[in-house]
Amino acid sequence: MATSTTAAAEPPPAAGDRPPAVELAGITKRFPGVVANRDVHLRAEAGTIHAIVGENGAGKSTLMKILYGMQRPDEGTITVEGEPVTFKRPTDAIRAGIGMVHQHFMLADNLTVLENVVLGAEPKVPVFLSRGAARRRIRELGEAYGLTVDPDALVETLGVGDRQRVEILKVLYRGARILILDEPTAVLVPQEVDDLFRNLRELKQEGLTVLFISHKLDEVLSVADTITVIRAGTTVATVDPSEVTARDLANLMVGHELPTPETRESTVTDTVELSLRGVTVAGAGGKPALDSIDLDIRRGEILGVAGVEGNGQTELINAVMGLVDLVAGTITVGDDDVTTWSTRARREGRVACVPEDRHRDGLLLDAPLWENVALGQQTRAPFVKGRFIDRDGARGRTERIVRDYGVRTPGVDVPAGALSGGNQQKLIMGRELTSDPRVLVAAHPTRGVDVGAQAAIWDELRQARASGLAVLLISADLDELVGLSDTLVVLYGGRLVARVDPATTTLDDLGCYMTGTDPTGGPVGSEEPS
Amino acid sequence: MTRNRLALTLAAPVLAIVVATIASAIALVLTGYAPGDVLSILADQATSVRDLLRTVNRAGPYYVSGVAVAIGFKMNLFNIGVEGQYRLAGVVAAAAGAALPLPGPTRVIGILAVAVLVGAAWSGLAGLLRAYRGVSEVIATIMLNAIALGLTPFLLTRYFEDDSEGFAVRTRPIPSGGRLPFLDFLIPGGAPAGARFNPFILIAIAVGVVYYVLIWRSRFGYDLRASGSNPHAARASGVDAKRMTVIAMAISGGIAGLVGLSTILSTPYSYTEESFLSGLGFTGIAIALLGRNHPVGIALGAFLWAFIDVSRTALSSATPPLPREIATIMQGIIVFSVVIAYEVVARIAERRDAAEVARRTEDPPPTTEPSTAGAAS
Ligand SMILES: Nc1ncnc2c1ncn2[C@@H]1O[C@H](COP(=O)(O)OP(=O)(O)OP(=O)(O)O)[C@@H](O)[C@H]1O
Ligand SMILES: [Mg+2]
Repeated sequence: MATSTTAAAEPPPAAGDRPPAVELAGITKRFPGVVANRDVHLRAEAGTIHAIVGENGAGKSTLMKILYGMQRPDEGTITVEGEPVTFKRPTDAIRAGIGMVHQHFMLADNLTVLENVVLGAEPKVPVFLSRGAARRRIRELGEAYGLTVDPDALVETLGVGDRQRVEILKVLYRGARILILDEPTAVLVPQEVDDLFRNLRELKQEGLTVLFISHKLDEVLSVADTITVIRAGTTVATVDPSEVTARDLANLMVGHELPTPETRESTVTDTVELSLRGVTVAGAGGKPALDSIDLDIRRGEILGVAGVEGNGQTELINAVMGLVDLVAGTITVGDDDVTTWSTRARREGRVACVPEDRHRDGLLLDAPLWENVALGQQTRAPFVKGRFIDRDGARGRTERIVRDYGVRTPGVDVPAGALSGGNQQKLIMGRELTSDPRVLVAAHPTRGVDVGAQAAIWDELRQARASGLAVLLISADLDELVGLSDTLVVLYGGRLVARVDPATTTLDDLGCYMTGTDPTGGPVGSEEPS
Repeated sequence: MTRNRLALTLAAPVLAIVVATIASAIALVLTGYAPGDVLSILADQATSVRDLLRTVNRAGPYYVSGVAVAIGFKMNLFNIGVEGQYRLAGVVAAAAGAALPLPGPTRVIGILAVAVLVGAAWSGLAGLLRAYRGVSEVIATIMLNAIALGLTPFLLTRYFEDDSEGFAVRTRPIPSGGRLPFLDFLIPGGAPAGARFNPFILIAIAVGVVYYVLIWRSRFGYDLRASGSNPHAARASGVDAKRMTVIAMAISGGIAGLVGLSTILSTPYSYTEESFLSGLGFTGIAIALLGRNHPVGIALGAFLWAFIDVSRTALSSATPPLPREIATIMQGIIVFSVVIAYEVVARIAERRDAAEVARRTEDPPPTTEPSTAGAAS
C-alpha cells in the first residue's frame, strides 16, 4: 500500500485542477497543560470526502475548531482554496465558505428547524427575517442534497438523525462549500448512517468538500476518499482507503488490535435485579412514548435495547432513573418497589446511569473533574463526610478513575469542558462503574471513544457483569449490542417489538425490527413470549 | 507557578482600580474639575479613623445585601427583591423585638430569627412561584418589592407605631436585652468624637462565614452550584430542582432579612423612617457583581462602595465644593472596570499557561513510526 503525507496517490476525479480546498501547514495549538496540536499538516482536495481519525484527545476536534475560527492556532498557516487566511472568529470562516457541525449538537430545542437554521446567519439588508424566503431556501437546499426536514417542526421533537440533518442544513444555508463534521455518526444507527453518507456523497457530487472525524473505522473506509491519521496531536499518515484495512488504521492510530465485543460465557443468575412491569410513559400527541414495557434483568445479565433513537429510549432511561412520571406500571430494584422513589433515592439504592447526552445530563462543564465525579454520588462516601463535601476523598477517587480508565487530562482540577469528547465519556463511565452499582443504565457507553478505549470499557462492563451487575444497555452501535448483550430486545414506537438471541440474530434481521418490519414479512406485532 | 497564579488573581482588582481611577479622572477633567482635588479628599479619608469607621459601619449592610444576591446568582436565580425583603423584615423584626417576652440577650436571637423568617418567607413566595408556576423570579421579586414597599409603612403606622412619644413615626424601642453593645473598644486609641463602631459588622462576618461554608463546603451547596451550572445534569444526579429553587430563594431572602438590622440592634434601636437605610437591596446587586459572588470579593466590593459613599460629605463640604454626584459616577465606573479587568486578566492567564506548556514541551514530538508495513509518512 502506498501512502504519502500529501495528496493521495491518485487524485479523486472531482478534484480536477482546482486548488486544494483546505491546506493546513505547521499548525500548533497549546492549552494549559497539554499540546493539542503540534506541527500538523493536512491537505484536503476540493470535491472530496476527507476523513480524520485518531485516538481520544489526539487533537482532532481542536484542529477542526482552528479551521473553523473557534480557536486560534499558536503557530501555522491556513490556506483555503488557494488563499492564505487568518480567522479570528467563526464568522470569518463562514465568510470563507467553511461550516462546522460539532461533536456535541448546538441546536436550540425550543425553536423550530427554520429558526435554528436561520439563527446567526446574519440577515442582509432587511433586519427582519423573511420566513417565506427562508422556508423556500431550506426546501431547495433539502431537495438539492437530499436533506429533507420539515422546516416548521420543533427541534425538540426530532430524533438525532434529523437533528444531524438540521445541523448540516444550517451550515449549507450560510453558503458553506467546505463542511466539517465532528463525529457525525456517533449517535446514528446503521440506516441513518447510510442516509447520511448518501447525503455526503451528494454534496461531494455538487463539488463541496467534506472533512469528517470518526472513530468508526469501517465507516471511514467506506465513505472517505482520503484518510488522515492524527496521533498525539500530530499527523502521522495520510492514506488511501482502498489500500488499507480497518486493522491498519487502528494500528496507525494507537498500535492496538481492533477489539471485538465478544462475550459468550454467560454469567446470568436467577435473581432478578431490575424489573419493569407495564411501564407506560406519556408522549406527545396522546400516543404513549413508552407503552406497557415488561422487562427483567437478572444479576450478571446485560440486556441490550436496540432501536432507532426517538423510539422511547430516552423515556426508558428516565423511567428507570425516576426522571419522568409513569402513567402506569411498576419498577422494582431487587426487592424494593422503587416506582415512587425520587432520583436521589434510586441513586442511593445503587442504580447508576450513563446518560445519552453527556453534555446535557452528565457533566458540569465549568466545574473541576473531581466535582464532576461526585455528581450523582454527592450524598455518599468518599465524596462527603456528614453534611460536608470531602474534597480529598473526591480528588482521590477522581485520580483513581483518571488512572484506571485512561482519561487523558493534565490533572483533576481542570474543568470537565477542557477534556476531549472521548475522555469526558471515559470519565463518566469510570464514575458510574466505580459507584458500586447493582443496576447500571448505560446509554451509548462508548459513544465517541476510540477503538482502544472502547475495548477497555467493554472489558470493564464484562467484569462488572461477572461480579453481578445488571446492565440495561442502550446503544446505536449494533456490533456493541450484539457483542455485549445476553439478551437483546428491540424498541420501536415505544413498545418492545422483538426479543432476539444475540448469538443467532443477524444485523439485517435486527435492522428490520428496528424500522418496524418483521424479517419474515409484514409489520411486527408485540414481543413474542420468549 | 502557584505564586504567579496568586499574582494574577490580585492583578484583576488592581487593574480595575487603576482603570477606574483613570476613567474617573477623565470624567472629572471633562466636567471641568481637578482630579487632584478629589484624589486628595479620598486620600484624607483613607487616613481618617473617623471616616474609616463610618465606611466599615456602612459596608456591613452592603456586604450582607451582596451575599443575599450572590446566593441567588450561584443558582442562576436573580433575586431583585432584596430591597423589599429587608425592609419588611426590618419593620416586623423591630416590632417583634420590642413586643416579644424574651428574657435577656435571647431577645437578640429572637430579632435575628424573626428577620430571617420574614425575609425568607417573602422571597420564598417568589421561589414557589418560580418552581411550581414557572413565573420568572425577576418579575415575581419586582412585584413583591412593590408590595413590600407599600406594606412596610402601612404596618408601621397602623400596627407597630409607638404613640407614647412625640411625632416621630417609629416602632417602640427595643429593650436592653435586644441591643448589641458598640465595639468602640476595638479601635486603637478609642473611638473618635461623634463616631461609634456599629456591632452589625459581627453579623456581616458571620454571614460571610456561613455563606462560604454553605455554598463551597456543604453537600447542599454542591447541589446548589450544580443546579446553577447545569440544571439538567443536577436533576439527573438526584437534585430536586423545584425544592432547590424554593430553598435557594428562601435562603437568599433570609440573609436579606438581616440587612436592615444595623439600626435596630444598634442605635436608634427601633425602625424609623428616617434612620432605616433604603436602597441597600439594589446596591447589593452591584456589590455581588463587583465581588464576583466570592465571600472575600464581596467584602472588598462592599468596603469600596461604602468608602465612596462616605466621600460624598467631604466632596460637598470642600472649598470650592465639588459635586457629590462624582461619587456615584465613580461607583458606576468601578463596576465597569471590574468586569473589564477580570476578562482581560483571564485572557492573559490563558496565554501565559499556553506559553508555559510550550516551554515545558520544547522537545520534539514522539516520532515512533507505526509498525504496519507501508504506512510511511
Ligand atoms: N478548551 C480547552 N482547554 C484545555 N484543554 C483543551 C481544550 N480543548 C481541548 N483540550 C485538550 O486538547 C487535547 C485535544 O483535544 P481534542 O478535543 O481536540 O481531542 P479529539 O481528538 O477531538 O478527541 P475525541 O476523539 O475524544 O473527541 C486534549 O488533551 C484536551 O484535553
Ligand atoms: Mg473530539
